[in-house]
Amino acid sequence: MSDVATFEKFKACAVEVLQVPEDKVVLEARFGDDLDADSLDLVELVMALEEAFDVTVEESELENIETVGQAYTLISNKL
Amino acid sequence: MAGDKTGGRVVLVTGGSRGIGLACARRFQALGDRVAITYRRAAVPEPAGADPDSPPLVAVSCDVTDPAQVEAAFENVEKTLGPVEVLVANAGITKDMLLLRMKEESWSEVIDTNLTGVYRTVRRALGPMVRAHGGRIVIVSSVVGFLGSPGQVNYGASKAGLVGLARSLAREVGSRGITVNVVAPGMVDTDMIAALGDQRADQLRSMVPLGRAATPDEVAGAVVFLSSDDAAYVTGAVLPVDGGLAMGL
Repeated sequence: MSDVATFEKFKACAVEVLQVPEDKVVLEARFGDDLDADSLDLVELVMALEEAFDVTVEESELENIETVGQAYTLISNKL
Repeated sequence: MAGDKTGGRVVLVTGGSRGIGLACARRFQALGDRVAITYRRAAVPEPAGADPDSPPLVAVSCDVTDPAQVEAAFENVEKTLGPVEVLVANAGITKDMLLLRMKEESWSEVIDTNLTGVYRTVRRALGPMVRAHGGRIVIVSSVVGFLGSPGQVNYGASKAGLVGLARSLAREVGSRGITVNVVAPGMVDTDMIAALGDQRADQLRSMVPLGRAATPDEVAGAVVFLSSDDAAYVTGAVLPVDGGLAMGL
């Protein structure tokens, strides 16, 4: 899968789970401040991403993940 | 088939083949809900107590101490009826003996079933509820968690633990419209009470302001209330159904 396609898939998960407009899901966006996501939203997003990309994310890997870009890098490094 | 019915919610009652669990299942059925129960030993004694017009209870074998069985039971219910909207975590056991004689095995077995078993079932039920932005979880505790009972150190600890579980979870998922409440029955006419023996049963009865044991159906009434729209603003609550036995605790 190309990087563009991977990010599109990632974005689709975020749009669905966080109920945000597509154009707000950019690499610099902060989950809390920009996407209005709470901790439960993030858990839901991680679960959706795990399912969509067939990867496993450990709790420890989620520390310090604050932006879409950081989360995207975490997932894409597992593919 | 039950799954074709459009009305009613999907309700899962663990430990629903007898006692309080079965009474809950019957009540939900009577309301037109689609009801599944889990059982460990005996399946449901159909059609005892069943309204002939209600769809049959979906009975699923499940030992809540086994995560794989919990997963399989939920998959079964989701396939047959749909995602669980109301979970009644009721499955529980006793292994009574005085602490001085209580082996670690008896302690662990009760904690694993009554407390960790609820962790397993609630955790599995929660994902679809969070996604659906709604759901009802009712956990069956016991007056013993507050009042204590000689010979029930393991049971009392497990039932008190459920309150902490429920209240923490209520805070976690309140924003999703999911309520988590506890019913704390006192003395109820079930196999569990019959096992105590007449002397202890008489002694307990004498401590109850209402002077009698509850029927399982009277406990089910509280469970159904906490699962209803009328209880939409009730979460993290502990509702005693104990004839006044532990009032104030």
